Amino acid sequence: MPISWFLAARFLREGRAQSALIVIGVAVGVAVMVFLSALIGGLETRLVAQTLGTQAHIVVRPADEAARPMMLDATTQTLAHIERTAQRARSILRWQQVSDELSRTDGVTAVSPTTSGPAMALRANATRAVLLIGADATRFASIYPVREHIVAGRFDPSRTGCVIGRELASDLGVSVGDKLRLSASGEVAELYVVDGVYDLGNREVNRRWVLVAQRTAQTLLDLPGGVTSIELRVRSVYEAEAIAARVRSRTGLIADSWMQSNAQLLVALQSQGSSSAVIQAFVILEVAMGIASVLVVSVAQKRKEIGILRAMGARRATVVWVFLLQGAIVGLLGSIVGAALGAGLGAAFAAMARNADGTATFPFSISWALLGRSSLIAVATGICAAVLPARSASRLDPAEAIRNG
Amino acid sequence: MAEPVIDLRSVCKSYGEQVVTDVLRSVDLRVERGEFVALIGPSGSGKSTLLNILGLLDRPTSGSVAIAGVETTSLGDAELTRLRGRSIGFVFQFHHLLPGLSATENVMMPMIAAEGRRKGAMEARARALLTRVGLDPQADSLPSQMSGGQQQRVAIARALVLDAPLVLADEPTGNLDTKSANEVFALMRAFNAERGVAFLMVTHDPRLAARCDRVVELVDGQIVSDQPQPNIAPATP
Ligand SMILES: Nc1ncnc2c1ncn2[C@@H]1O[C@H](COP(=O)(O)OP(=O)(O)OP(=O)(O)O)[C@@H](O)[C@H]1O
Ligand SMILES: [Mg+2]
Repeated sequence: MPISWFLAARFLREGRAQSALIVIGVAVGVAVMVFLSALIGGLETRLVAQTLGTQAHIVVRPADEAARPMMLDATTQTLAHIERTAQRARSILRWQQVSDELSRTDGVTAVSPTTSGPAMALRANATRAVLLIGADATRFASIYPVREHIVAGRFDPSRTGCVIGRELASDLGVSVGDKLRLSASGEVAELYVVDGVYDLGNREVNRRWVLVAQRTAQTLLDLPGGVTSIELRVRSVYEAEAIAARVRSRTGLIADSWMQSNAQLLVALQSQGSSSAVIQAFVILEVAMGIASVLVVSVAQKRKEIGILRAMGARRATVVWVFLLQGAIVGLLGSIVGAALGAGLGAAFAAMARNADGTATFPFSISWALLGRSSLIAVATGICAAVLPARSASRLDPAEAIRNG
Repeated sequence: MAEPVIDLRSVCKSYGEQVVTDVLRSVDLRVERGEFVALIGPSGSGKSTLLNILGLLDRPTSGSVAIAGVETTSLGDAELTRLRGRSIGFVFQFHHLLPGLSATENVMMPMIAAEGRRKGAMEARARALLTRVGLDPQADSLPSQMSGGQQQRVAIARALVLDAPLVLADEPTGNLDTKSANEVFALMRAFNAERGVAFLMVTHDPRLAARCDRVVELVDGQIVSDQPQPNIAPATP
């Protein structure tokens, strides 16, 4: 065993109580870091997941200089989908070719050519303005988690069927197997069977989206063979804007990423992230101060011993390492205890606070990466905190230290 | 082995910037291998200062210091540390063992420092030496669990573990009762006789000084007498 390891371990063992206290101090700091990061990370993951539950990562539309509702999109978030189709629907030229090219784009995992436009849903004397969405069922399901959120029937719209949201179903008083009329572009309303009812967790969407077969939408919207938008899913959600920009420049079409239409959410997440960073910085500072102060005291207490070690032929560098290692060991032990504590606290918290439906009120995302990163920070902090005490220890005059103890 | 283990020439040491105190004034001292020398003198005469300079823990203001034939004036800190570790054993008045280490580990310390790491073979050697100084049962004890005399015997074993040719002892018996003091002194004399290790021992005890080969007296930083002792009483353990 190298001499500095041996001595560091012995010094820590000798000052057991002190060592234990500072390990606890570090552990509390690391636990706070882990807990906070897990909570904020979980919250972010949930918010983004919720947002993306009813929004494609990227929507590609025909270039349209006039009356683009883009400006509105940036601030109205989930309404973006509805807003953009409020105008007269137009088809993307050579959409098959574009769609093929998009599916080959790096980072894109799913592509769904969609035909959508405004329509009316009628039943008895109730009438509702809806958004007719026609797409290949499998492709549509690869963009939206609709299969997971079917509450009645199934998601597989036939040529004469449709799948509607929970709110619309109750507004119109229909359920699976019932019929309703759909009409668009002022045509005569036709009868469609309700094949399924979904609940995507967003009332507005549940009230407005009527999912039909692509051919149905094309017929109703008077866009034979046409596709009004191509919806994309990407591998990493935060790359959406970069990919959208590439799509824009390559196709000349409009490509809106969820990040554009949810700028406010992203700003909120960012400021949440930076306030957590500030808290973590203070925690690191607290840990560093704790370790440093214990080591400063330890150097003062061990003046005589350091003098003896030097008299015994121990090099200055050895003395430096003895104290750096003490900082590192305290940091490591503290981070192991703290990571366990933080993870346990998070799990307990998540288990205790539950929503009515059994999901956790506080979503936690604890990963090995997070634990590893926290430990690394704690060890690095320990070493940094030990630098000054270690230097002062190595500069002790051995003769003086031995004489005065 | 012609060269002396200590060769001091015109060593001066002064402290202070504004008010300069001359603690050592031109000290010349040669100690041959295997000699057992007592250093006596009144309190404040500079004995500990001289020992620190001999032990390479401190540098003289002027003059030259050669230890075991190595002239040290031009050596850097790291080289001094190496020479010190190899050539000089220390025994201090207040034993100065490392409190967190067992007796065996304390004895191993100079070996660990010299090699830069702890090795298994070192332990056997340390235990053998502890047995030699009569501390077999205390080998795993911490210093706080041992008497003053026992601690001082550990310190002697530690000073000898690397077969250093020179041991510097600053009042090694100053803190001990007469019986323990005699035991510790006898042990040093025994190692001196068995292994030819040179000892330079500061003492205030004239009876112990009288049992050394040679007595050097320091007064006000100068050597005022340097007498061989013709009739040494045989070491009584
Ligand atoms: N670092 C220092 N700074 C200033 N003066 C010092 C220093 N070290 C020693 N002295 C002075 O040098 C003189 C000699 O001290 P030293 O400790 O060598 O004496 P000593 O002979 O060992 O005395 P004692 O028998 O009491 O141990 C004393 O007057 C002391 O005050
Ligand atoms: Mg002294």
